[in-house]
Amino acid sequence: MVEGGAGARAPGFFAQVLRIAGKDLAIEWRSREVLATMTFLAIVVVLIFSFAFVVEGARPPAPVVAGILWIALVVSGTVGLARAFDREREGEAIRSLLLTPAPRAAIYLGKLAATAALMAITQTVLTGLAGVLFSTSFAAVAGRVALLLGLGIVGFAAAGCVFSAALLRARGRDALLATLLYPIIVPIVIAGARGTTQLIDPVTPDFDGARFWTQFLVAVDILFITAGVWAFEPIAASD
Amino acid sequence: MTTPPPLALAKVGKVYGGRRVLADVNVTFQPGRIAAVLGPNGAGKTTLLGILSTLVTPSAGEVRWGAEPLGRGSPARARIGYVGHEPGVYGDLTAAENVALFAGLHGVPDGAARAPALLARVGLGDAQRDVPARTFSRGMLQRLALARALVHDPTLLLFDEPAAALDPAGAAWLTGELAAERSAGRTVVLVTHDLAAAAIADQVVILRRGRVVFDEVRPGGFGVEALRSTYEEKTRG
Repeated sequence: MVEGGAGARAPGFFAQVLRIAGKDLAIEWRSREVLATMTFLAIVVVLIFSFAFVVEGARPPAPVVAGILWIALVVSGTVGLARAFDREREGEAIRSLLLTPAPRAAIYLGKLAATAALMAITQTVLTGLAGVLFSTSFAAVAGRVALLLGLGIVGFAAAGCVFSAALLRARGRDALLATLLYPIIVPIVIAGARGTTQLIDPVTPDFDGARFWTQFLVAVDILFITAGVWAFEPIAASD
Repeated sequence: MTTPPPLALAKVGKVYGGRRVLADVNVTFQPGRIAAVLGPNGAGKTTLLGILSTLVTPSAGEVRWGAEPLGRGSPARARIGYVGHEPGVYGDLTAAENVALFAGLHGVPDGAARAPALLARVGLGDAQRDVPARTFSRGMLQRLALARALVHDPTLLLFDEPAAALDPAGAAWLTGELAAERSAGRTVVLVTHDLAAAAIADQVVILRRGRVVFDEVRPGGFGVEALRSTYEEKTRG
């Protein structure tokens, strides 16, 4: 048995997840470069659509508002994912990280949590802006919309972190990331947009329909996270 | 620190995409020694270090650390410290934060409290402690990399061309650190092209085309000239 030193004791799995996520968020809090870019891009997307769809102050239909929200989420989220492993690539910090006793799954879930947190902040700003620009009140269904968006964000980040890690050293990884990721996340976007539409419809909100899409997203999230944990191990291996 | 067991490679081989990089490597590294792994470009030195670090899985053979097999799932991998030619730290974090982060990931209690003493030991004083690592010079980054690698008090230290970008003063400092780690009873494996840096080694392993062509132990070191002539003889042709 090889003796340990420095009183080291293997930390708990979730402590490792939180430490890795906390590190990413602390760095981002200091620079805010990824968050600012994500939010700026999302706002631009919503503004462009508002010019296209808001004609003479008329409120666009619910499916249009929901679609815009989810398109903005995907676009801004892609920016966040493209940068998710940048800090690990610089200076080969990924090698140091992989050499720690932190399980690969904990590293993956930590990156996922940090990415999802940034996307959630962006999406909060975005939803408020969309409410103003499209004269849509989310107040009555805020919790349900937040749940849908949150589940969509987790699923999106779960799939995206795997591809982001796989493309760590790839040239043209930004373009590749979108090319590989978008076909995978189509079910998330469809479910999210449909569910949001049913919730924010001012005339006939369909809560049962929205519940179905919420449950669908829970299932997709479980599938994507499970697959991500499984896939991250060989992806993170350097050989 | 308890004396660590020897690290033994038995018939280790590695194939990448049909290309053999290492073949039939049988080497034992003893604690309290510095082992230098030398060889021309493409000889398999970095792959060997990758296998020792558990980041690369051998295609054949086995690595044992005492009675335990050493691999990706081995608990013993937590006792490895690695310093590469890249620093392996986060540029956006300060030196102290980097050390505290890796201490935490290794499960070292009060890592943040240990950071100042460790940074002082590698020559990073108060002025550098709370500055983002991206502002550091190459030499300072290597010092931080060593602090990061030592934070969990590893028993096996792996160095991959650690002096590649250091000035003479930095290289001399690193040589002193290697000697200190040897005195502390750690197993030190150093991959390098620099024969002067390797001259302090007690054990020299020379690789050529993925095979060990020389493996000898000389307590007290080889000396640069003796090492140069051995190296040229073993890698010629």
